[in-house]
Amino acid sequence: MDHPGQPKLTWRETRQRARRRPTLEFALLLAIPLIFLLLFYFYPLGEILRVSLLSQDAGGVRQLVARLLAPSSRRLIAFTLGQALLSTFLTLLAGLPGAYVLAKYDFPGRRILQALATVPFVLPTVVVAAALNAVLGPKSPLNHWLGTSFDLRYTFAAILIAHVFYNYAVVLRLVRGFWVTLDPRLEEAARTLGASPWRAFWHVTLPLLAPALLTATTLIFIFCFTSFGVVLILGGPRFATLEVAIYRQTIHFANLPLAAALSLVQILFTFGLTVVYTRLQRRVTRPLDLKPQWSTQRPVRKPREIILVVVNAVVMLGLLTYPLLVLVGRSFDEGLHYYRALFENPRHSIFYVPPLAAIGNSLHIALRTTALALVLGLLTALALYRGGVAWLFDTLFMLPLGTSAVTLGLGYLLAFDTPPLDLRGTPTLIVLAHTLVGLPFVVRGLLPALQAIRPSLREAAAVLGARRLAVFLEVDLPIVWRALAVGAVFAFTVSMGEFGATSMIARPEFPTIPIAIYRFLSRPGSLNYGQAMAMATILMAVCSAGFLAIERLRPPGTQPF
Amino acid sequence: MKHWLPLFALAALVLGCTATAEPIPTAQPTVVEPRELRIMTYSSFDISEEVIAQFEEAHNARLSFLDAGDTGQMVSQAILSKDNPQADVLYGIDNTFLSRALEAGIFEPYRPAALDHIPDTLELDPEYRVVPVDYGDVCLNYDRAYFEDNALPIPQALDDLTAPQYRGLLVVENPASSSPGLAFLLTTVAVFGEDGYLDFWTRLRDNDVLVVDSWDTAYYSEFSGGAYSEGTRPLVVSYATSPAAEVYFSETPIDTPPTGAITGPGTCFRQIEFVGILRNARNRDLAEAFVEFVLSDTFQSDIPLHMWVFPASETATLPDVFVAHAVEAKEPAVVSAEAIEQNREAWIQAWTDVVLK
Repeated sequence: MDHPGQPKLTWRETRQRARRRPTLEFALLLAIPLIFLLLFYFYPLGEILRVSLLSQDAGGVRQLVARLLAPSSRRLIAFTLGQALLSTFLTLLAGLPGAYVLAKYDFPGRRILQALATVPFVLPTVVVAAALNAVLGPKSPLNHWLGTSFDLRYTFAAILIAHVFYNYAVVLRLVRGFWVTLDPRLEEAARTLGASPWRAFWHVTLPLLAPALLTATTLIFIFCFTSFGVVLILGGPRFATLEVAIYRQTIHFANLPLAAALSLVQILFTFGLTVVYTRLQRRVTRPLDLKPQWSTQRPVRKPREIILVVVNAVVMLGLLTYPLLVLVGRSFDEGLHYYRALFENPRHSIFYVPPLAAIGNSLHIALRTTALALVLGLLTALALYRGGVAWLFDTLFMLPLGTSAVTLGLGYLLAFDTPPLDLRGTPTLIVLAHTLVGLPFVVRGLLPALQAIRPSLREAAAVLGARRLAVFLEVDLPIVWRALAVGAVFAFTVSMGEFGATSMIARPEFPTIPIAIYRFLSRPGSLNYGQAMAMATILMAVCSAGFLAIERLRPPGTQPF
Repeated sequence: MKHWLPLFALAALVLGCTATAEPIPTAQPTVVEPRELRIMTYSSFDISEEVIAQFEEAHNARLSFLDAGDTGQMVSQAILSKDNPQADVLYGIDNTFLSRALEAGIFEPYRPAALDHIPDTLELDPEYRVVPVDYGDVCLNYDRAYFEDNALPIPQALDDLTAPQYRGLLVVENPASSSPGLAFLLTTVAVFGEDGYLDFWTRLRDNDVLVVDSWDTAYYSEFSGGAYSEGTRPLVVSYATSPAAEVYFSETPIDTPPTGAITGPGTCFRQIEFVGILRNARNRDLAEAFVEFVLSDTFQSDIPLHMWVFPASETATLPDVFVAHAVEAKEPAVVSAEAIEQNREAWIQAWTDVVLK
């Protein structure tokens, strides 16, 4: 490839060359995802903002701006930002050791541990609140063992702990998924040259890991920034984020203009954050020889490593799985009585939810969401990974994550009420809403991987006569399959556990599992509570199985990852 | 192709799911070519299949229900989509949101004949844009075992709650996010007046009241009488029918409820729920027939065990568990729907400043 006398291209120059390629391909790839975004995000958002804000005259607008700049609003925004920053930092702190251990070592039960660690992400807050309150309250077993009497419920600490609980899976999946493809020989080379393990990590591995770390940080921050259930239920009435305020203003005070203004503030922050992220991302991406898992992982040998793995597993299980076991335990408190009760409809309720139907509906929607998010995400990532002006579009695709579900839900109501887009009350709308949230995950998981593929690999294939599509199928796809699987897991998870937007556009005849759980929990009586716990356990089991299944898939002809 | 089997299986699953027209419905649709009546309601709505089938057969109709979340969400959606409503009938708007909906003009008046069986006190709209269909009383519930074990007298009036012997025993919901929470706040406004309710709440705050976000957190996590509660508080704001529900939904048959409701004068708030025909409804005659049906004894007698509220009709029969264990509030607190709409935000803000700061 290199001719004698010709200067080698730097990485930057290679990328610049790639950017100058014809933009027709870029436009074609991006067309469908862009239309999707315009139709199902910008259009409904525009509708609700238009209806909310255009009703205001000049005086109304001035009042609105004054309200936004008032001390109470500034406190609200400051709190929202502050808790998100702190939560993100703590989540990374907690999650990185786990990502390291699960990336580097292969040990029996690794896959199951990974699946279990992802389960919290899928559970509705309404369920998790009960579990976490059991662990954080005065009757907690921790109090019993340690002899203390702390009560962390309805405190700022509870919010932080809950955020770590939920978002640990993001660090694990994104960072670990990328870490496992890094060539360990790079770090080993540094070690042979005399670097201590810490220096090797700091100067070699960490910079290589930067794209995935950056992605995980951004996503977790956006999640915590738009946090609703955790702050409302676990934080208690003393705390409110922007999202909570938007919900209250919309639903309880019917102050649509203020709610719309707050939504805009939230979107603007997300936009700003994502711009920073995309600029940083381009700087930290490097070409890498991405390795399959079987070549980068090794079994646990030394006793020090065993201790490391065991301690890590204990921490993960203690933090993430133990609260859930409380729920599972409660569901089995009367043996299988609650589970059997799930299948009975003694009062012939018209909205009785047969568990199999709920599972079927949830799976149906989740699988459709995953398929759609994967297709759209792949197209988007292929269009965007080359850089250039693509960063703007990259930012646009992230905006749905930072948009209030209430605002968007109402937007759907306004936008899709006439044919040919009369989608209100259909499951299709639920799939579309879920895809909007799942799509950024797929893109975010794919981009670092695609950007890390050496262009020389593709050029080699092209030189050997392969057409564009063949290059993609034979070179890109197998390498990024892992990233695709990560994205699929997220899209699936988000859809299975989604409750807020779904509750606005659902039909009672087609319940999903979270909605069924919520119904049980809104009535007194141990039978209702027990059935809610049983449904939650079923949700956990179905999701775990889903994760394991997705991970086992490999493209034909490849070695096991 | 080394791993075609799982790949094929997943492809078949995805294709199968996307090829299927609709997910699995839980209600069985009727066969003949009936007309569709759409009913928008909240997520706790529930009734027997037989009752619905009775209406569908009698009128050759197919009822489809739209779950619009909780009452607040439902009203927001109905108002926003009033020019092209999602449904023909709205079921379940209550008196705390009534004024907002009436002002937005989303209903069309209709006076059903069955209104004769409904007490006049429930009919809040003289123009019959909505008619009352059921009511629930938001009352304090107490944990019997706790009060017996500690030989504490059960509070009889709201003022008692500020007594030292009840310090740290009460959990309430945030009126900014919870419907029973708001109802309790309105009770205090009605009992102590707009000048006095904040003073009551100051005393209550000093008496260590716990505020949580919603009913299920209060009942299941803080109330000592709820199932599996880590809670230590034996007093909670809940419903007059909650003790009856505890009996009905107990895993082992019991005769007395483990909890009780305080229903004395000036301690409860009556949430009246209404049904109304939406403007621009499609099948107006079917909608009217449905409103009549909802007020009929068949439907009204079916309400208690499904939605745990009292039927509005005086001629409906109550189930045994209601007769034995559900007590209606005597002289519930009354705040007019208009006053609620006008002052809601101000009252909640004032309350927040006193109790949460």
